[in-house]
Amino acid sequence: MGVWQIIKLAIAGIRANKMRSFLTMLGVIIGVAAVIVLVSIGEGASKSVTDRIEGMGSNLISVTIRGNQSSATLSYDEVQGWKERAGIQGLAPIVNGNVSVKYGSNKYDTGLEGVNEEYQEVRNHKVQAGRFILPMDVSLRQKVVLLGTEVSTELFGNMNPVGETVKINGTNFKVVGLLEEKGSESMGSNDDKVLIPLTTAERLLNSKGIRSVYVQAESPEMVDLVVTQIDNILFRKTNDAESYRVFNQAEMLSTVNEVTGTLTAMLGGIAAISLLVGGIGIMNIMLVSVTERTREIGIRKAIGAKRKDILRQFLIEALVVSSSGGIIGIILGTGGANLLGSIMAMETVVSLKIMALAFGFSLFIGVVFGMYPANKAAKMNPIEALRFE
Amino acid sequence: MMIKLVDISKFYHTGSVTLAALDKVNLEIKNGEMIAIMGPSGSGKSTLMNMIGCLDVPSEGRYLLDEREVSRLKEDDLSEIRNKKIGFIFQSFNLLPKLTALENVELPLIYRGMQTAERRQSSVAALNMVGLSDRMHHKPTELSGGQQQRVAIARALAGNPPVILADEPTGNLDSRSGVEVMEIIRDLNEKGKTVILITHDMEIARQARRIISIQDGCIVKDEEVA
Repeated sequence: MGVWQIIKLAIAGIRANKMRSFLTMLGVIIGVAAVIVLVSIGEGASKSVTDRIEGMGSNLISVTIRGNQSSATLSYDEVQGWKERAGIQGLAPIVNGNVSVKYGSNKYDTGLEGVNEEYQEVRNHKVQAGRFILPMDVSLRQKVVLLGTEVSTELFGNMNPVGETVKINGTNFKVVGLLEEKGSESMGSNDDKVLIPLTTAERLLNSKGIRSVYVQAESPEMVDLVVTQIDNILFRKTNDAESYRVFNQAEMLSTVNEVTGTLTAMLGGIAAISLLVGGIGIMNIMLVSVTERTREIGIRKAIGAKRKDILRQFLIEALVVSSSGGIIGIILGTGGANLLGSIMAMETVVSLKIMALAFGFSLFIGVVFGMYPANKAAKMNPIEALRFE
Repeated sequence: MMIKLVDISKFYHTGSVTLAALDKVNLEIKNGEMIAIMGPSGSGKSTLMNMIGCLDVPSEGRYLLDEREVSRLKEDDLSEIRNKKIGFIFQSFNLLPKLTALENVELPLIYRGMQTAERRQSSVAALNMVGLSDRMHHKPTELSGGQQQRVAIARALAGNPPVILADEPTGNLDSRSGVEVMEIIRDLNEKGKTVILITHDMEIARQARRIISIQDGCIVKDEEVA
């Protein structure tokens, strides 16, 4: 019997028992939709975190000095000395603190970072108006400031702040630039901060020494080499591996990906269980159907159907049910993921891969759970089947 | 086509008791014969029909169909023999309710693996023969009992099997339809088919040329009728 003919018959059977077929499919529909929605949430989370980390700048290594002893901190010259090492493209030492910024009667508390001119390239910041900090600003301790977009909006509204003067902790600073909006990243908001020259910041915050340096390697291949070199320098300086931390972005990425990958797998696994339950539903209904159609099986066998003919017929029916459920589930799941993405304002990623996987899994479920009832049908004794009322 | 049963027995075991539904039955049916097998219910005539129709295999004895030993064949091989050599007509028609008359007739040809065009042609021809060419796209439920049995006959005929096995073919029909169906069956025999009728109705049995009576699993009478 032709496969196409069996499919047509199976569809006719599904339409003849609409309610039953729908309930049978429901398990698969819910399962497939759940797989797609949950995995899309997992992948969306992974993507947004990955994007944020990559947004920090490429081939980035962050060096942090721990502890409070000032002896352990680095000087600006010391950091600049690292430049001679191989593989380093840029060095951006940072001094940071919390300040309050005033413009007229508007006051806003925010984070301050004292940076040098290389910070822009290393941290992948863009300036939408004005200019960035120049080497001269650093060497001359200029009182100039760049504002993050959030700070600018708080103080100036929609006005262009460049050229205005603000008071930071009571000291006048000239606004020379406005940063481009960058969004949040793992190290906090990029838009809720102000940047001033490093040397100026040291004096303003009354802090000596640098506790944080961003280092940009020339290429991804150089990252490990740079990490090793900095590690050596710092260990020689402090003799204590616990007093500093050298963290590389690639490592962070792989850690995050590992975590989100586990999350995605877990969510997918939970959803897969509901698919499994759907499969059991198919098996249940198929068993009922086989019993109901015992006489039909007997007739088919009497006029010459072989075991494989009957097996194929019931298996195809199970597959039609499970794949129809799969297709409806994919449509609902994709719609649900997009809806969830827009309502909950979270990123969801529905990949073709996961759709194919969910559909393939629903087919697999159809075969696995259709096999037992189909085999039961195929093995029926024709005489007994014909006698069945 | 020659049917030859040699010392065929069929036993059923219920607990410790063994029942012989057939007890060393010997029977020979020649090509083109029309025979009736008669007997009360429980006499073993159904078992004998299943045996001849290759639906069942004997516990003992040999069954030669065209000189081929079929009593020890596997289920799928028996399916193939039924498909090619035997046309079944049942008392309760046994049509598939979801298929049209034409699709029902095509079914054995589908299992034979016949191509669509040829299959369609043979099926339409068979439906023509039983006078139902105008009803071939109707479902069984839209047909009268007599028409349904004629569809069943067309299904038995479509594959052109040498043997027609009819189990109480008029049992569920009113007398007029019964007469029509018997006319078709007799006509088939005249065209060279071997026809085996299973019945308990003497009127029907008399239309055959040979009547075999069976009782308690044994053939008690085998007579030619004029």
